[in-house]
Amino acid sequence: MKTGRTIPQAKRILSNRLMWAACLGATTIAVLVLSALLITIAIEGTGALSWSFLTSFASRKPAQAGIIAPLMGSIWVCAICAIVAIPVGIGTAIYLEEYARRSRIKSLIQLNISNLSGVPSIVYGILALVAFVRFFGIRSADDAWTFGNAESIFYLQIPFGPSVIAGGLTLALVVLPIMIISSQEALRSVPQSLRQAALALGSTQWQVVWHVTLPAALPTIMTGAILSMSRAIGEAAPLLVIGGFLLVFQTPANLMSDFTVLPLQIYNWAGRPQSDFHKIAAAAIIVQLVVLLAFNTIAIIIRQKLQRPLQS
Amino acid sequence: MTSIAARTAAEISQRGRIRSAAFQGFFEGSIKATLIALTLLSVLTTVVIIAVLVEETIGFFTMADHPEISLWSFFTGTEWSPLLGAKPLFGVLPLISGTLLVTAIAGIFAMPVGLLTAVFLSEYASPRTRSILKSVLEVLAGVPTVVYGFFALTFITPYLLQPLSSSFGTYNAMGAGIAVGIMILPIVCSLSEDALRTVPQSLRDGAYALGATKFDVTAKVVIPAGLSGVVAAFLLALTRAIGETMIVALAAGGLAQLTVNPSQQVQTMTAYMVQIFLGDAPAAGVEYRSSYAVAFTLFLITFIMTWTGAIILKRYREEYE
Repeated sequence: MKTGRTIPQAKRILSNRLMWAACLGATTIAVLVLSALLITIAIEGTGALSWSFLTSFASRKPAQAGIIAPLMGSIWVCAICAIVAIPVGIGTAIYLEEYARRSRIKSLIQLNISNLSGVPSIVYGILALVAFVRFFGIRSADDAWTFGNAESIFYLQIPFGPSVIAGGLTLALVVLPIMIISSQEALRSVPQSLRQAALALGSTQWQVVWHVTLPAALPTIMTGAILSMSRAIGEAAPLLVIGGFLLVFQTPANLMSDFTVLPLQIYNWAGRPQSDFHKIAAAAIIVQLVVLLAFNTIAIIIRQKLQRPLQS
Repeated sequence: MTSIAARTAAEISQRGRIRSAAFQGFFEGSIKATLIALTLLSVLTTVVIIAVLVEETIGFFTMADHPEISLWSFFTGTEWSPLLGAKPLFGVLPLISGTLLVTAIAGIFAMPVGLLTAVFLSEYASPRTRSILKSVLEVLAGVPTVVYGFFALTFITPYLLQPLSSSFGTYNAMGAGIAVGIMILPIVCSLSEDALRTVPQSLRDGAYALGATKFDVTAKVVIPAGLSGVVAAFLLALTRAIGETMIVALAAGGLAQLTVNPSQQVQTMTAYMVQIFLGDAPAAGVEYRSSYAVAFTLFLITFIMTWTGAIILKRYREEYE
């Protein structure tokens, strides 16, 4: 068209058909891949799934091994991650969207956040190893500052060592950029007219945020939060760097407990040559995918039930 | 205690009483200060990452008992054997080539398939098909990467690659690369689709009015108009591929070698870090320190790629409103 060259009708129809076939083919590949993935895991894993698999500790014999330790570890670590990452992420998003004026500093911070979201998660692991696990070497593990007694679940030592709280904070660092960006998008989608109406009634900046903007954006923010958490619960690399615990024979009792998580346990079993271990790895994957599916379902329900359309 | 102040403030505002201007100013100010502090946390994260990596990397290059290690030998050396042999060799090129080989295989698979799927979703699919396919992609996006590593080991290599050629071992770059490609497919696809959907309908209608076929509209109007977004999606996905750890740690093998043969095992930068942090290398040892230099190299590569992506999006975006 641009060159003014005439392309024969037949050729144009052919290229049109080929394009359609190519697009359909590509989409089919995507669907086939997902099916192959799910079928492989189902075939390998369903045999090993049982109640005792869910409630036993790891074992050298695959038939007796279970996932209670990594399952509880994942819950602990994810809960700590959520408690830290969600408020910090929302707070940062509120500042950037509702308070900060357009300036060089703001755009630098924004660029920094998008860069952070591109940093490989294993690099966060190194940061966490130095900062949380070793506390920059300021204090050695034998000579740690201790808070509370070991029976309390809030028992804390600094440096943290490879503990549940170090793991949770590590994951919080990994998902924080995602949390910030998704909350920002949620706040940005709240119509400006709502803010203006509240300001016109004499609200202060924070009253606008707290009583108007935040409630309007909350369903979308929560969807983003749940998706961030599903990212966190699937992360293995940074936790592998900070802890390296692949076999744990206890469930976490307090913030200082040793831990392992489901993806690490899967990695440990999948990496072994014996096919019996592959079977229990697949069973653990099924549990992991069920947890993720539950997360996604909650996100979809929130999106559909709570999201009232706002007039812009 | 701000919490008490906050609670009181909420109670007062619920009762509809008027607060003193001084209290209100203080309250608003402390909220703003808290939000600024939270925002600075992300800046602090970057600063500490860079500081830690720089400090440990300098430590690696200036180790007293290893004067042979220099920036030059690190970046030009073609042998990486920190754990074998009498004299450890630290030439990072095999690790970089391993990473690039896996990333290239992933890109060759995911970029065309992802872009064409995106075209299908935005140009061809009915709303119903589209929403089903979108949820398939969301499931793919949520699968933990260690699962793709398992998939490479138990399905891709034994059932797809080894029947094709007996040269494929249990661990090979191809299987890992395809698995990484599957992992980044949803990223390529959903970001490209976003880019294509922002192209205004009027451009398509204009082309149709001139007698264009759907192919003409898609290939000559929609994709060029959304190109900056598509390229940024590719870059972001490749960045994820370079930094991907668990798939390559499981499926690519553990032998650092300078090769472009996809049936061979390769070691990537991330897989080397896993090997070191999982093993019992002493924390002060040279091989342990080398992982920080590798991490810094990886960080720089991904940083440059994300930066480039941001610039492409900003500078080459076609605005149509």
